Order: sequence, then structure tokens, then C-alpha cells
Amino acid sequence: MTERMISVTEDELHAYVDGELPGERRADVEAWLAAHPDDAERVQSWRAMAEMLHARYDMIAQEPVPRRLEIERLVRRPRQWIWGAAAAAVIAFVAGGGAGWVAHGAASAPSAFQSFTLDALDAHRLYVVEVRHPVEVSGDERAHLQAWLTKRCGWAVRAPDLEASGLKLVGGRLLPGPNGPASFLMYETASGERFTIYTARTTSDATQMRYATQDKDGALFWADRGVGYVVSGGSDRDRLRKVAQAVYDQAEKNGS
Amino acid sequence: MSAFRQSVEAMIPALRRYARALARDADVADDLVQDTLVRALRSERLFLGGDVRSWLYTILTNLNKNRRRSLARRPQFMQLTENNPDASGTEAEGRDIERALSTLVEEQRSVLLLVMLEGLSYREVADIQGVPIGTVMSRLARARAHIKAALEGSRPALRRVK
Repeated sequence: MTERMISVTEDELHAYVDGELPGERRADVEAWLAAHPDDAERVQSWRAMAEMLHARYDMIAQEPVPRRLEIERLVRRPRQWIWGAAAAAVIAFVAGGGAGWVAHGAASAPSAFQSFTLDALDAHRLYVVEVRHPVEVSGDERAHLQAWLTKRCGWAVRAPDLEASGLKLVGGRLLPGPNGPASFLMYETASGERFTIYTARTTSDATQMRYATQDKDGALFWADRGVGYVVSGGSDRDRLRKVAQAVYDQAEKNGS
Repeated sequence: MSAFRQSVEAMIPALRRYARALARDADVADDLVQDTLVRALRSERLFLGGDVRSWLYTILTNLNKNRRRSLARRPQFMQLTENNPDASGTEAEGRDIERALSTLVEEQRSVLLLVMLEGLSYREVADIQGVPIGTVMSRLARARAHIKAALEGSRPALRRVK
């Protein structure tokens, strides 16, 4: 009965699954699939793939729309903000709280946590190579360092004890941050491997740690109670994560 | 609110879904949606009827292309997910599909998502990408073959044994 079955092309199999096949050809494809288990298996795998995609991503469409994406907020913005220079806009973004999209004068402007992390990585790279003046206040004066940075930054800056990770406090310095001052602490191992901790005010509420890597440096970002943390170090991601975890745990203990 | 704005607003959930699958990172994805909306609202007067839905997908797809181009010199950001070793089956499956997607080249990922996740027609996707339908179909076929292989590679237990 199917002797005049015209062979089915790859394109037709896709069109069949996607509902793009002309009605009169559907029956032919179905007969073809019944006779060709390999093709039937592939068609089945594409359907399973679609189910996996929906299972993974449909929940995003069901989430409430974040406030910064509300139409009313977007149309209220004065026009000149859109065209602001990207660099200035990034600062305005961080300073402007939830005022969102002013950072996006350029489509490629990085998000708040990304530019924050880049600032920290820049500081890390600038100072870890420094032999004679890596810090302003030495780690021998831990209490003074903490009191000074706390006073200037406006939140409790603690230099965590990372001896368990083999890290000794070199010291710290005050830096300009994206929104006011930033504290910068440096640690090193006996072999001279250096890690830094950068903290500054941020509007990002990303509680989950984010990893960034650039050239031979790695960084982990997270935010807690309005303060962003970036722990930077070498490219060994596991090592970095362990150090960051220790920093996080001690900040938790002291913060509450 | 104007009818135009209403139809843009109705698309936000779907745009967020598409952007997340396209860009992986939640912040980056919402940045893309925000840029898309700003651009669309700014061009409200230039929009002379037609399909708002396709138009929004087109803007987002192009913005993402530009973003990736300028990203080449920036560090790569990713979520640290390995602190969740005992994820349930669906979560693990979600991670697998996410990882498989990330290995696709940009145009193929976009075609695959527009057709399979967003349910757009081949014709619409061809217009969005500015290519002939034949190109859409070959990108889709290659993307599906690639994802299938990637999924089978990451979950050998599910491989069919004859």
C-alpha cells in the first residue's frame, strides 16, 4: 500500500515536528517514521529536547516582572539619560539605586555587579605586583587598619583571619569605589601568592556568588546587606572559592 | 496605556525567558530585556503596525549579537552552581540543557530557541535573522544534532543501547 512512498527529507522531518509541514504530507511522514525507526528515534529526541527547554525556562516567564522592567518606569525616564556617556552612566546606575537602565546607554554596558567586579580586578592587578608599597597600612596594625577603614567606608570592615588557608594579612588601603569609598585588603602565602578582598557599597543584591576570570586572574563576587565583596586571586578556581568561602563565613559571623 | 505599550508589556515574560536561555546569566538577560524595551518604546512613533512580537525578538537578538561582540575583550562571568551536588533529576536535566545550549554558536542557539522555546515560525525567524528560510532550516538542523550529541555525551546513562 505504501509502495509509492516518496522518501522523506531531513528538512521535512524538522518541519513535521515544528508544525510547518503542509497538511497533505503529514500522513506520508508518519508512514515513513513507522518504517524508519532511526528517524523516528531522532524525531522523538527533538520532542524531548523541546520538553527539556520548556521545563528549564518556562518558569522564568512565570516569575513576576522585576520592577526595573516595568513599562511605566521605563517611559518616565528623561530622554537624555539614554544617551549619557557609558562610563558616567555606569556610575549613575550604581548611585541611582534601583533606577536601572541608565547604565545601558550603550547596549554593551556591563551590569552593576560586572563593572563592580572589574573595578576590583583592576585594583587587584595594580597592587599585587607591588613589592615595596602594596598597602597603605600594614597588617601588623590590624586593629588600626580595621578602625580606619570602617570609619572611612561607613560599614564594619573586618580583616578576616585566613591563617587556616595559609594566608597572612599583608595590610590594606582605601580606594575610590563605584559609589563612595572602597576597602582593599591584601593577603599572601609563604610562597608569595596573593589574594585581595575588595568591598564597596553596591545596589546589586546578588547573594549567589559569581565567578569572573580575566587573563590569569580569577574573582568571586557576592553582595550582602548593601555591601559588595570581591575576592580576587589566581586562576585556581577551587582555591579561590575556598578562600572566598572563609571570607564569607567570617563576615556572616561578624555581621549579625 | 496605549495599545502599543500594552502589546509590548504583554511580551515581557516571554522576552525574559528567551533572553535567559540566550544569555544564561540572569542579570545579563534582564539587562538585554531592558535595553530591548527602552529601544522599542523609543521607537514607538516609528512603528507602523506589523507584528510587535517579532519586532521585539529581532531587537533582542541583535542586541545580544552586539553584546557578544563587545564582550570578546571582557572577562567571562558565570554562576557557581556546583555547591548544589544533590540536585533533583529535573534540575540536573535543566543544567544539562543549559550547558548544551552554551556550546552552540550564536545564530544556531537563537534559531533553536525561537523555534522550540518561543514557538515562532520559520518565516518569522528568517525575518528576525535577516536570512532565507533555507538558512534557518539548516541552522536548526545543525543545532538539534549538536544538542542531541551534547546531551548524550553528558548523560551516558540515558544513551540508547541496542
